[in-house]
Amino acid sequence: MNAVSYGVMETHLRRLRGDGRKLLVPYITGGMTEDWVECLQAVADAGADAIEVGIPFSDPMIDGPVIQEASVRALDRGTTPVGVIDAVAVADIGVPVVAMTYYNVVFRMGHRRMARSLRAAGITGALVPDLPLEELDPWAAEAGHAGVATVLLVAPSTPEERVARICARSHGFVYAVARMGVTGERETLGTEATTVVRRIRATTDTPVCVGIGVSTPAQARAVCKVADGVVVGSALVRRLLEGGGPDAAGEFVSSLRAALDDPDPDDPAPEDPANPAGHAGPGDGEALAGS
Amino acid sequence: MSSPHVSMGVPGPDGRFGDFGGRFVPESLVPACMALDAAFSEAWADTEFRARLDSVLRDYGGRPTPVTECRRLSERLGVRLLLKREDLVHAGSHKLNNVVGQALLTQRMGKRRMVAETGAGQHGVATATAAALLGLECTVYMGEVDTARQELNVFRMELLGAEVRPVRSGSRTLKDAVNEALRDWVATVEHTHYCLGSVMGPHPFPYMVRELQRVVGDEARAQCREILGDDPDVVVACVGGGSNAAGTFAGFVDTDARLVGVEAAGGAAATDGIPGVLHGMRSLLLQDEAGQILEAESISAGLDYPGIGPEHAHLGAIGRVRYDKATDEEVLAAFRLLAETEGILAALEPAHALAWVVREAGHCIEEGATVLVTLSGRGDKDVAQVRELLADELDHHGRLGPRGGRGR
Repeated sequence: MNAVSYGVMETHLRRLRGDGRKLLVPYITGGMTEDWVECLQAVADAGADAIEVGIPFSDPMIDGPVIQEASVRALDRGTTPVGVIDAVAVADIGVPVVAMTYYNVVFRMGHRRMARSLRAAGITGALVPDLPLEELDPWAAEAGHAGVATVLLVAPSTPEERVARICARSHGFVYAVARMGVTGERETLGTEATTVVRRIRATTDTPVCVGIGVSTPAQARAVCKVADGVVVGSALVRRLLEGGGPDAAGEFVSSLRAALDDPDPDDPAPEDPANPAGHAGPGDGEALAGS
Repeated sequence: MSSPHVSMGVPGPDGRFGDFGGRFVPESLVPACMALDAAFSEAWADTEFRARLDSVLRDYGGRPTPVTECRRLSERLGVRLLLKREDLVHAGSHKLNNVVGQALLTQRMGKRRMVAETGAGQHGVATATAAALLGLECTVYMGEVDTARQELNVFRMELLGAEVRPVRSGSRTLKDAVNEALRDWVATVEHTHYCLGSVMGPHPFPYMVRELQRVVGDEARAQCREILGDDPDVVVACVGGGSNAAGTFAGFVDTDARLVGVEAAGGAAATDGIPGVLHGMRSLLLQDEAGQILEAESISAGLDYPGIGPEHAHLGAIGRVRYDKATDEEVLAAFRLLAETEGILAALEPAHALAWVVREAGHCIEEGATVLVTLSGRGDKDVAQVRELLADELDHHGRLGPRGGRGR
């Protein structure tokens, strides 16, 4: 297939994957701090391959306490969907941006207007977690038309036949939900992520990124033994909530980048003792499972 | 003029009621909603399940509840007023009808725990009650604002063995309790059922809860025919999410009765709402121009919800149900009027329905018309709050005095 059929976001991620690079997709809630745009730039400069930018919503039901707090702060600062989109347009940070928001924000603005606004701002992906397959059509039509890739989620609870149907409609990448629950940092990641990634791999060659619960460089590295990349949200957002600015954001993302670029470390992380040789490929689903 | 006859049957594909409803949940919860849909449909068609539900509601819940004719208040208003007495159901409100059904379904699905949201505390108390009865674990999420104004209900739930978790996010009221219950459910869905308290949320909840509340309308219809020899001219119920109204209307939707849903003026999504998506459903929501959900505010915690059930949005859109609102002042006055004329302390939620009747008798409701109001719960939980609201009328001993404070 030629590059055009994949769209801007997916073409970019496929090329990086083809170069042997693991994909790093950090998340920041738009408008959460005064210097959030500078944080985006710092994260891009520190080695992010794409950035998820949250458009805050009053009722973020799939988010845990950290991103809830970031949403509250952003809304208290007067953040609007248009404001976030415009800020991204002006910043021009040099890596693809995926807008993450809840469906009411899209619905209220209107599918067409939202899709076109995103694309006009250079935002080439969208992730709307409360818009499942059955409700996708009106948005997907407008997003596709505008050239915005809609990233869909596959969960540990998703039955296999459904995985194939979701993957067929997920563009940019497929978001593999690492565990049942809301966003937030976890000390350990279980075996569910491995299973989800394996199911996705069986049906598509679209890049697969694992998110929800991935919080440390060691976890990111472990996850990437089976997945193409990781989404890291709460761990980064927490640092910003605690007062860390662009420097702290860049430093943390650099540490994630380093872990992903060095798949065979001297000190394997506690989560991935089973496969010290680091030869895990798509077929080796047990790398995350531990011994 | 006769009203359009519509049915409240099985919703369309993906749980649609016209333009409303649906299933807008994260992928993690889609399989659980589908499994619940299948389990409920199967159970609802199973005569053994229905018989067990009926027997619990009869022998434990006190069904059928009576329809009471209000002679003194009728005389005062110039209409013939009947009350469907859901305040007499065990645990004090219509909420038990729904939770017993869902608790039996929880067992049937092999799950051991229920989570629930609550506003005024009635649904939380009902869920805790059903959980205790059937030996299920129970966690109730309640906004911190509501735990403060409904302290006794928190204690009631704890006495019944439930864990009450105060919700400190967002507006700290009912909508945030729903968010937290959903967040809990995403992580625990393997062994936990979300016992949603109203005709809202993702499919199949709006349909399932309406079916479980249908008993209110079905009973009332038969009782009205007994008492009046006919259907009532007007049927009125309060609407927060809208479960008692949905159950009531289900019994009358195919008759000539005018159906009226009454919301709190500070949270009137049916009247003031804009189409949107929240808590898994497309419905009418109070929201700003960016799609941020607004806080509803009234004296009744049970109606402080910025949306309504999707089937209500649909019934309003097709003109079968009229939705109107009542102010806090009207509600308080109606609460007192019913107490003084009929010896019934209504919950503040159904006092909204009464307040509409009091206001519209002789106006929207013509003189001599027959009016059925669903009295969805008893007012014991609200007595302390009403006392505070009447502080200006209390004497220096903190007493209201004879004749409801009008005797001095």
